[in-house]
Amino acid sequence: MSMQKLRQQVPLHLMLVPGILVLLVFCYYPMAGIVIAFQKFIPIKGLFGSDWIGFGNFRYVLKMPDIWQVLYNTVFIASMKIVLGMIVPIIIAILLNELKVMFIKRGVQTLIYLPHFMSWVILGGILVDVLSPSEGIVNQLMQAFGLDTVFFLGSNNWFPSVLIVSDVWKEFGFSTIVFLAAITGINPALYEAAIVDGANHMRQMWHVTLPGMVPIIVLMATLSLGNVLNAGFDQVFNLYSPSVYQSGDILDTLIYRIGLLDAQFGVATAIGLFKSVVSFVLIALSYFLAYRLVNYRIF
Amino acid sequence: MKGRTAMLHQASFARKAFIVGNYLFLISLSLLCLLPLVQVLSISFSSSSAASAGLVQLLPVDFTFSSYAYIMQKKEFIASFLVTLQRFGLGFLISMSLAVLSAYPLSKEQKDLKGRSVYAWFFVFTILFSGGLIPTYMVVSQTGLVDTIWALVIPGAVSVFNVILLLNFFRGLPKEVEESAFMDGAGHWTVLCRMILPMSMPVLATVALFTMVFHWNSWFDGLIYMNFPQNYPLSTYLQLMVINSNPMKTDPNHLSGILEISERTTRSAQIFLGALPILIVYPFLQRFFVKGIVLGSVKG
Repeated sequence: MSMQKLRQQVPLHLMLVPGILVLLVFCYYPMAGIVIAFQKFIPIKGLFGSDWIGFGNFRYVLKMPDIWQVLYNTVFIASMKIVLGMIVPIIIAILLNELKVMFIKRGVQTLIYLPHFMSWVILGGILVDVLSPSEGIVNQLMQAFGLDTVFFLGSNNWFPSVLIVSDVWKEFGFSTIVFLAAITGINPALYEAAIVDGANHMRQMWHVTLPGMVPIIVLMATLSLGNVLNAGFDQVFNLYSPSVYQSGDILDTLIYRIGLLDAQFGVATAIGLFKSVVSFVLIALSYFLAYRLVNYRIF
Repeated sequence: MKGRTAMLHQASFARKAFIVGNYLFLISLSLLCLLPLVQVLSISFSSSSAASAGLVQLLPVDFTFSSYAYIMQKKEFIASFLVTLQRFGLGFLISMSLAVLSAYPLSKEQKDLKGRSVYAWFFVFTILFSGGLIPTYMVVSQTGLVDTIWALVIPGAVSVFNVILLLNFFRGLPKEVEESAFMDGAGHWTVLCRMILPMSMPVLATVALFTMVFHWNSWFDGLIYMNFPQNYPLSTYLQLMVINSNPMKTDPNHLSGILEISERTTRSAQIFLGALPILIVYPFLQRFFVKGIVLGSVKG
């Protein structure tokens, strides 16, 4: 490579410097900080100055009475969100594609994308109010139909369902975007051929639209694999209370309470490290699968 | 023959029923996304007595501004709003600049940027693996950013997701224009500012929307990096007021009581104010982001 060509590249390297610095300090340095998991960490002594205790923190975690329940909650809540968070948008995208009156279609799209942009503080505040057993509108409606009052956010039977349904409610609209794009990309000639073969609308949906969406469905399904331990910290944190820890406590909320409220930094980091490693394997696997199955590349 | 026309007739009837049902279903579904917000708005404009008696459904009862008047004279609310404005301004500028500056070089081919794949992996690896909450918190504490506005702006300044969105879009742009500019002696800065950015409006609007929403909505960093409530951004303040100290969440029999300004109407007004800026910018940017996401995720 000639000197002149290298000199031309200098601005490109310079442009990357600020981004790299930020990632270095706030993403890569914390990765090194994972050593806390193997220490009896005392903040004043710094990241590498505390006493090393090997796998002591991990042994402690395994003896915690609730840890398996928390792990189960995490995987259960996350998996249900992944599965329903795929199926609902696929169905809605197919139904949306059938709308021919444009201003209604656009209106529906505008409204169903909206909750995605609200934080769980706002939506949590709304849910707490709407689901309240004493004053909430949902229980008022249930009473009008002669049903018993339910304390949705205080009952271990109901809490996971509330998490799953409200998360699907928040995200399904936004998730339809990619599926709708896939439907738009289907070759119209396929529909014409189906019509010539005598296929009615139902059959066209089943034999043309759905198969046309398969690559994007496979892609989204594999990419969601990395979220199996992400049950949604923001949502759970803003909706749960001690009475539903049994059914709603997840790894991330446990890490927060042990680490930042009880200041057991080593133990919390050990749980965090477990989560990071498992997620890393799953994400790497999912990208590999997505590359193999549908030739997907991130960039 | 008769049977066949009957079948056709039946089929078209089923088809019509489906179409009507589909419209009704999707319209009610979209209302389901809007109505909770409408109800909160109505409670916030209702009198305390109506709200605590559970009389408010879709429209305000005994219309009043008193909840809003009450919030506006709360010092903590105004203070946290100012923190949010600062965070929003600084955060938006820094995040957008970093996203563009990172995406442009990464959108080049390996031959035009030595070490491109190393750089790219450096960025992408941060999606695959993270140090987790506690080490990140420790690092931010060590850097001395705690209790300054920078703790809310710098640690999350690079969104690799946004960088990927931008770089995929940049790659899809026609190369001829910039090649002729380079022939005429233009540098990378000129090409980026004069050619690439003006051609990238849809994806820039998308990334701008995501960045604004991120900075407006983030509450957790305020909670852990700010030791004094007067440094809380609005979202963190709301988290404490609307969620943490909300008796409805833990006490099934809680009734708001009929004080002059009930906690329920105040809370609802705060929730609505928290959602308002998003409701305002969203319709303007919505027409861009669908296009931006689809184009940004198409591989070159």
